[in-house]
Amino acid sequence: MFLYNLRLALLSLRRDPVLTALMIGAVAIGIGMSTTTLAVYHTMSGNPISWKGDQLYAVQMDNWGPSQPYNEPDEPPPQVTYRDGQALMKAAKAKDQNLSFTTSFVLQSDKPDVKPDLVQARATYTSFFTMFDVPFEYGGGWSKQADQDAQQVVVLSNAYNEKLFGGTNSVGKEVVLNNRRFQVVGVMKPWNPMPKFFDAQDDQFGEPEDLFVPLNLIGPMQLHNNGNNSCWGPPANNSFQGHLDSECVWLQFWAELPTQADRDDYHAFLDAYVQEQKKLGRFPRPVHNELHDVPDWLAYNHVVSKDSEALVGLSFMFLAVCMLNTIGLILAKFLRRSGEIGLRRAVGASKTALFYQYLVETSVIGISGGILGLVLGWAGLIGVRHLIEDSDHLARLDWTMVGISLLIALVSSMLAGLYPAWRVVRIPPAIYLKVQ
Amino acid sequence: MLSMQNISKIYRTDVVQTHALRDFSLEVKEGEFVAVMGPSGSGKTTFLNIAGLLESFDTGIYMLDGEDVSNLNDDGRSHIRNERIGFIFQSFNLIPDLNVFDNVDVPLRYRGLKSAERSKRIQAALETVGLASRMKHIPAQLSGGQQQRVAIARALAGEPRILFADEPTGNLDSLMARQVLDLLEGINSSGTTIVMVTHDPELARRAHRSVHVLDGQVMDLKAVPDSGSKRENGVKA
Repeated sequence: MFLYNLRLALLSLRRDPVLTALMIGAVAIGIGMSTTTLAVYHTMSGNPISWKGDQLYAVQMDNWGPSQPYNEPDEPPPQVTYRDGQALMKAAKAKDQNLSFTTSFVLQSDKPDVKPDLVQARATYTSFFTMFDVPFEYGGGWSKQADQDAQQVVVLSNAYNEKLFGGTNSVGKEVVLNNRRFQVVGVMKPWNPMPKFFDAQDDQFGEPEDLFVPLNLIGPMQLHNNGNNSCWGPPANNSFQGHLDSECVWLQFWAELPTQADRDDYHAFLDAYVQEQKKLGRFPRPVHNELHDVPDWLAYNHVVSKDSEALVGLSFMFLAVCMLNTIGLILAKFLRRSGEIGLRRAVGASKTALFYQYLVETSVIGISGGILGLVLGWAGLIGVRHLIEDSDHLARLDWTMVGISLLIALVSSMLAGLYPAWRVVRIPPAIYLKVQ
Repeated sequence: MLSMQNISKIYRTDVVQTHALRDFSLEVKEGEFVAVMGPSGSGKTTFLNIAGLLESFDTGIYMLDGEDVSNLNDDGRSHIRNERIGFIFQSFNLIPDLNVFDNVDVPLRYRGLKSAERSKRIQAALETVGLASRMKHIPAQLSGGQQQRVAIARALAGEPRILFADEPTGNLDSLMARQVLDLLEGINSSGTTIVMVTHDPELARRAHRSVHVLDGQVMDLKAVPDSGSKRENGVKA
């Protein structure tokens, strides 16, 4: 019966091309609008490491000054100091842990045609690659020994390997960073977790850095921090070491804690650590340590702005207006076919059978409007990319969004068809036959 | 076949009540061809709608094909309409987008018959009305008489026990009207009961008997003793 109803639906839509175009157009405009905003929202609110996002925890410790909290009402800083980060790495109380910050290097190539380049980099431990499931094209992360010895090794992004080595296997080759030779140990596959959860303080929707080097090179190379840096007091002295010893927060610390027991133990460890530090005159505020898993961390950092949420709400209200118009058009269309409705009822079609027939017709309208709406949404996203700088990664349409948009179109058009279908099938058939 | 006892139907609005049928009683035997006559507004169409289970009534008892249908729900009425009743309307009521084959197919679609069985019945019904060669035509490509014959084929395809016809020749010229009437007589002669509403005394004379309706009541019943002798060009359905 479905195929029969589908055929009737297509015949019916062909019968009134103008009315059909209006209905599909109304659905398409509503879906196009909501697809555009929802696609941006979907990218912003996604969990880029959903398979283990509930095992990875961003660590917060309140080392802030006594006079006022880092953020009202009593928020601890979202990053850690260098000395606390290193202490937590040494303690190694979690299944795995990672400390990192963003920096940059001047890269000089052996190739005469490649000019020196200022490249964004991340100084980190090798655990970064295993904890965050970074995929590799060639090689892999460096060894723990390389971490300890602050060896001059580097992992390249896929794009940068393409730029430097034409995409070939560059493991074992050397690059010159800040006048030092680094050996390539790994090349990532294209990897762009969105949002960039491991550093939610800086450029949340930007791409990961192009170079990754051992964090312990920070001393020998005096690596500067390129990311967010907050301090509640001046360092003891203005030297580089003074900055490292300061209460300034600028590094991201993550712990892998698979079970609740692990989390409880780690929280207790952090509390004990802070108590210990208090004896040294640090952490003047009450003990306040927090652990946030990935989704919680993204929400905590307001990765999805209120504006985006409001925009999604508005676009769905617009969709509702479009669907209200569609209801009127569908009702007009159905009532124009009152003679056919009466005839079908007279020859034995039950109300349910006719209701089903008209829902199939509205579904066809919905799917057609949804497909056209996707095209409009795609065009809308191109518009967003042109209007908003650096929004290429946000304004994109993935298969999930295509499915969601079609589902919204189908459900909303079926909802829009419910009232007209209910209305026409409940009128006694004799009325329609008289009209005829 | 059809037994109505004291059927009443009142149409109500906020300000007025109209008694469309009052104490309407009628018996139609199996195989009969009955004409229902009366002036406009007398209640003929209301009777036909109630008899065809297209409309409910307020009081009375209605037995159709041995079954009390007075209190059937909508699904039950639809089921009986589909399996036991055929309709022929003055304005044919063909679906303009569907070709002849698909128009005849409409009632069969709601019976859950397999495709082969439906095709067989449609073919047979169209052959009966002489339109087997026009299966792929749409209604607009047919004359009025041909359209009414398609409507008759649609009614026949379901092999109904009783056929209700509402002014079946009202929109046709005299030649086509006679062809349609010949067809109905043929169908009746094969055993299908027919109840036909008409204004036309000429048409009524070709029925077994006529029933006159006035002010929602049956006024007179005239049996026609030898109806068979009046038939011409009878078509076997």
